[in-house]
Amino acid sequence: MSILLNKKTSILVQGITGSEGLFHAQQMLDYGSNVVCGVTPGKGGQTATENNLPVFNSIEEAKKEFSIDASVIFVPPRFAANAILEAINQNIDLIVCISEGIPVRDMKKVKSVLDNSSSTLIGPNCPGLITAEESKIGITPGFICKKGSIGILSRSGTLTYEAIDQIVNIGLGMTTAVGIGGDPIIGSSMIDILKYFADDEETKGVVMIGEIGGSMENEAAEWIKNNFNKPVVSFIAGQTAPKGKRMGHAGAIISEGSETADAKIKILKECGVSVAKTVSEIGETMLQLIEE
Amino acid sequence: MKIHEFQAKELLSDYNVPIQRGHVVYSSNEIEKTIDRVQNEFNSDAVVVKAQIHAGGRGKGGGVKFCSSTESAIESANEILGMNLITHQTGEEGKLVNQILITEALDIEKEFYFALMFDRAKNADVFIVSTEGGVDIEQVAEKTPEKIVKAWVNNDTYPLDDAINTIINALTLNSFNDAFEIFKNIYNCYSNSDCNLLEINPLVITEDQKIIALDAKVDIDSNALFRQEKIAKFHDTFEENPLELKASEYGLNYIKLDGNVGCMVNGAGLAMATMDIVKHHGGEPANFLDVGGAANVDTIKNGFKIILSDPNVKSVLINIFGGIVRCDRVANGVIQAVKELNLNVGVVVRLQGTNAKLAKQILDESDIELISAETIDEAAKKAVRLAS
Repeated sequence: MSILLNKKTSILVQGITGSEGLFHAQQMLDYGSNVVCGVTPGKGGQTATENNLPVFNSIEEAKKEFSIDASVIFVPPRFAANAILEAINQNIDLIVCISEGIPVRDMKKVKSVLDNSSSTLIGPNCPGLITAEESKIGITPGFICKKGSIGILSRSGTLTYEAIDQIVNIGLGMTTAVGIGGDPIIGSSMIDILKYFADDEETKGVVMIGEIGGSMENEAAEWIKNNFNKPVVSFIAGQTAPKGKRMGHAGAIISEGSETADAKIKILKECGVSVAKTVSEIGETMLQLIEE
Repeated sequence: MKIHEFQAKELLSDYNVPIQRGHVVYSSNEIEKTIDRVQNEFNSDAVVVKAQIHAGGRGKGGGVKFCSSTESAIESANEILGMNLITHQTGEEGKLVNQILITEALDIEKEFYFALMFDRAKNADVFIVSTEGGVDIEQVAEKTPEKIVKAWVNNDTYPLDDAINTIINALTLNSFNDAFEIFKNIYNCYSNSDCNLLEINPLVITEDQKIIALDAKVDIDSNALFRQEKIAKFHDTFEENPLELKASEYGLNYIKLDGNVGCMVNGAGLAMATMDIVKHHGGEPANFLDVGGAANVDTIKNGFKIILSDPNVKSVLINIFGGIVRCDRVANGVIQAVKELNLNVGVVVRLQGTNAKLAKQILDESDIELISAETIDEAAKKAVRLAS
């Protein structure tokens, strides 16, 4: 078992003829993902990747020939919101937006359409998700992943890889890792992903990586306390980040006291979540918790 | 992207929001002429001279002066233009005032606080108002939180009209016929201009019963500048840290801090976590630097150039998680960059991910002095030791 994604999940790539889209479509295929086709407006009829996947002008056209479970978006940020809206309108179950730099106003619109739809959006500004040894959607390096029992969810890309690496090297292995994205407005929150992990029998524990800015970690902490029975190890990046400065991610900015790393760590601990003191202790902390 | 008060007021004015009117002065020989112009054009003998810098707290720092006569206005304008203004937001080094705004003086009856921003938890825009205007809103929030009223707006659950009526009631502006339209115009300005923040502190009622924006502070979503041609031109590079500006020209994300351990990392989250672990081991990070997903010789070289422009830096910690980028290539990039730049500080390198072992071997066998480390923990300890 896994969450959201397995080897059967049929995947469409929006922006498959762009350099990023093409490169990662191939990487996904090489990992074993069931990528079936791509979309680039105006490039319908071409083929892409070494597998000669068909390219369509729109998702609507693609759906006439393929059954699509998931779409992954690699389009420039100014067009990305419309790409997400197209996928929602075509009732794609799982939409993963990798693009970074989408204006907040565009995401407000997306979010309101998304909330009234049946689609699940991961991202934007995220590495996507990966189910070990089965399938990946996005840009996570596949070779670091090994099957096991830990689910991973994170607001940051390279910290997701770091957590996967530690969890695998310490011998626990992973089920699915989900990078939910570093923007102020994202499709799926920490709680949304925790709910999937709660229902997944193979996931025995969860690593949850947060950072400064917003209050998602605080809400997740409260939710875990009341609803989640599996061990959770958290790590919050940005203890040394100054107030009011945007630390790379558009969403990583402290605008009030509850958004600092210290405040989040305090709330997580109060809610019974183990917090790794430093980034290098994520794996060990989880191992101790699982062995108890 | 932050903009100046006079630019923010121009945006508001474009949306028919009444503002305290004035003109900008860039050089001292324009001062007298401009004061005269403000006095005549707005029929106001008294004027206010306001330093235009991006930091807040200008009044307390001596950057805003009310002047009842032409002579005192000339004196204040000459004093503020070109001064090094220190406020609680500029840091000890202060900020050079390159332009001042000379405005009409208004007779004020009441001062309010007003702000519009996005509330992530509610997924809605939020109006924040208070009858306690003109002062530090954070203090109001701490001491008398009941005096702050919030009203939310989004497409689905919170209609704009309801929010406006809430704030009109909170500020007891019910007798002002134009209040509703003014707040609607401010909201449209905020939304259409892609503002992250639009703050008016204070928003005032004048003695002749007019609602006027006395000040304005605006932060624009940088990701939307491609469609905000007018606002994009407001970018004042002088207001930015020169190293941060240089880094952005290289496509790197750099923020200068006060420590002495330089950090070069790929990914924003890992970069923050690396700074944190430096601190954990008793060091102080000199910077945040995210070199992005594709770390190659050029990005590493440019990263070094930026980090080493900071004279405080005593050691450099490179922490790269090679995913799609192979670590052996990153290792070769580091070696080449170190050779070309003739570095004279200690460099600790930790590469993890694809071909990490091969990378470590390349680093260990190279003829330049690099310290390699396997874990972030080990790397941070070594970098801190080198810097102390």
